[in-house]
Amino acid sequence: MARKFLSGNEAFAEGIRLSKPQVISAYPITPQTIVVEKLSEMVENGSLKAEFIHVESEHSALSCAMGASAVGARAFTATSSQGLLYMAECLTYAAGGRFPIVMMNANRSTALPWNIYGDQRDSLSQLDCGWIQVYAKDAQEALDLALMSYYVAEHREVSTPFMVNLDGFVLTHTYETVDVPTEEQANRFLPAFESDHKLDLDHPCNLAFSAGPEHNSAFKYKEHVGILKAKGVVAQAEEKFAEIFGREYTGLTENYRIKDAEYVLVTLGSIFGLAKETVDRLRERGQKAGLIRIRYMRPFPAEEIAEAVRNAKAVAVLEKDISFGYEGTVYTNVNSALQKAGISLPTVNFIGGLGGKNISGEDIEEIFEELKEGYRGVKFMGIGGDGQWRR
Amino acid sequence: MAAMTVKTLSEDEFFYGHKACAGCGGSLALRIALKVLGERSVAVLPAGCMSAVGFNFPQLCFGNNAIISTFAGTASMLTGIEAGLRARGITDFHAVGFAGDGGTADIGIQALSGAIDRNDDILYICYDNEAYMNTGIQKSSLTPFGAKTTTTPAGKNIRGNLRPKKNMFEIIAAHGIPYAATASVGYLDDYMRKVEKASKIKGTKYIHIIAPCPTGWGIATDETVEVAREVVDCGLWYLAEYENGTFILNHRPEQFEDVEHYLRRQNRFRHLTDEDVQWIRHCRDEKWRAIHENFKEKTER
Ligand SMILES: Cc1ncc(C[n+]2csc(CCOP(=O)(O)OP(=O)(O)O)c2C)c(N)n1
Ligand code: SF4
Ligand SMILES: [Mg+2]
Repeated sequence: MARKFLSGNEAFAEGIRLSKPQVISAYPITPQTIVVEKLSEMVENGSLKAEFIHVESEHSALSCAMGASAVGARAFTATSSQGLLYMAECLTYAAGGRFPIVMMNANRSTALPWNIYGDQRDSLSQLDCGWIQVYAKDAQEALDLALMSYYVAEHREVSTPFMVNLDGFVLTHTYETVDVPTEEQANRFLPAFESDHKLDLDHPCNLAFSAGPEHNSAFKYKEHVGILKAKGVVAQAEEKFAEIFGREYTGLTENYRIKDAEYVLVTLGSIFGLAKETVDRLRERGQKAGLIRIRYMRPFPAEEIAEAVRNAKAVAVLEKDISFGYEGTVYTNVNSALQKAGISLPTVNFIGGLGGKNISGEDIEEIFEELKEGYRGVKFMGIGGDGQWRR
Repeated sequence: MAAMTVKTLSEDEFFYGHKACAGCGGSLALRIALKVLGERSVAVLPAGCMSAVGFNFPQLCFGNNAIISTFAGTASMLTGIEAGLRARGITDFHAVGFAGDGGTADIGIQALSGAIDRNDDILYICYDNEAYMNTGIQKSSLTPFGAKTTTTPAGKNIRGNLRPKKNMFEIIAAHGIPYAATASVGYLDDYMRKVEKASKIKGTKYIHIIAPCPTGWGIATDETVEVAREVVDCGLWYLAEYENGTFILNHRPEQFEDVEHYLRRQNRFRHLTDEDVQWIRHCRDEKWRAIHENFKEKTER
């Protein structure tokens, strides 16, 4: 294991190198570009033996990855924002085809207005496309998720494509010290890709066919079961991971000072570090604040979240996303989880960080403050009660 | 080695039990190409008639490996298949795509252009029935001048499609592709020779085959091959190849058959006026002037 000073993108690229994809097809877009540049360098200098395909669009990037996956090759692609939306047709296609492709998405705002900075509107708008979705908190987790994503995606019972999300710039471009495992460790962790439903020259078959009303639901049900099975396989992967690499992960969520928490903030992605510090500060002042980081949006940790907030007084959801005309998508999902568990708690939705707007520790303190004071509803951070832009 | 002909063609069938209309030119183009290429072919078909008639679970109609791609994704999926198999150490196969005129010249042209630019080792066959047939006969950019489709109806004000057919063969050639050819299901020996030749060339290969559609063209189901010959014989289509930077004309009709006969026998052209027919004749002659100037002549048999 080597310790290196790496950005989120670079750490993720290291994780992909260790995962040994056989085909990489990707198209550049800020803030994902560094991943594909790094991987190109690795292919050039021989540290990664893969076919690097210079596709002419994101649609082709994922279409090409599906072709590779269909013949039993491990495939990788990466994108962001407009690129993710441009491949939308292929997203549901890959999920329905059960192609266990791994994709990195650098979370970025979606046009219009044009904006290259981070928010989660891109991936959350594609939540229903059938992919596993995970959100990394830091560069180390990004690297580790690269390895774990293939383990989970390719597991026979799962066989589902896997999207690893890194907050644009805040995570993709920020440097930290990262443990880079050895190849030997990675090989011990990640088995070779064995597909049992591939285009096989010795046993020809037809894939990606049509299925009419009579059979369609059965295929869709299997797709649903596959992604649900990922829950158990994530746990299995993390156990093996801890054994080999000595780093522990906590499944679909990560909780912080949650046990006796009265006011709980639910969030996702790289804001977690700052939120933890804020919780510590509030705790020092005697406030019972707690934190839940959603790691996996799909499969969704409904039971985990409900269990963690069962004894709380109120819950706030902070997300860099809005489903226009309603509320944040994460908030909708959290509320549904509480409702199903029979938990009736006041919940609030804070929409922040859009288009890369900074969220400060004070902003997070304010969220807890407003939660305590009984603010309810959906709040756009930075907008005053009069509906005017404040800061 | 002698070129493959109907006599030496394999008896194996790789595309059967499908639901294509009687007399479908596209299905003939597929069936023959797969016989030439053999069992180690991996076929990609985008949305379009041939995937719609061939892949209805549980009735799957390809004897070789086959997969449906997205409508725009024929070439990009072929690229992935070729790269994936090569990465797995497998080299004795043909990655072959069969896309319609819409899937090729419209929505899929970007991915196709990308694949040629990379010179990926794939064979792309466009079966051209001159409209979006699967969705009910709408105009594509390969619908010829004057043709009536459901989106270019022939009425009092507009007489069908007003734009000429885009020349995909020459657009493809302009990429500097290793091999490109035109063909017709009316000249199967020529087509088979081209498929076989393409299968032995490294890099990207493109074959554009005219494949009449009785349903969309308004001809009888037993007229497909005859009409596919006539379009060549009257000079509205030509059999050619592009190789090593050179255009080669494979077949020059001694004397053109009557354009009007070709047009008037098809329901999609029946509304054309005499001036329209004269215009089509004029465009044909202009095209052939250019062919004589730019194409070498060589007939291979
Ligand atoms: C992205 C997308 N847009 C539209 C369609 C609908 N569609 C399916 S097949 C088709 C027409 C196909 O025409 P062509 O490629 O000429 O093949 P043909 O049906 O004539 O064989 C269309 C428009 C689709 N499947 N996907
Ligand atoms: S509509 Fe035309 S192209 Fe489609 S299956 Fe029928 S004959 Fe073939
Ligand atoms: Mg067509």
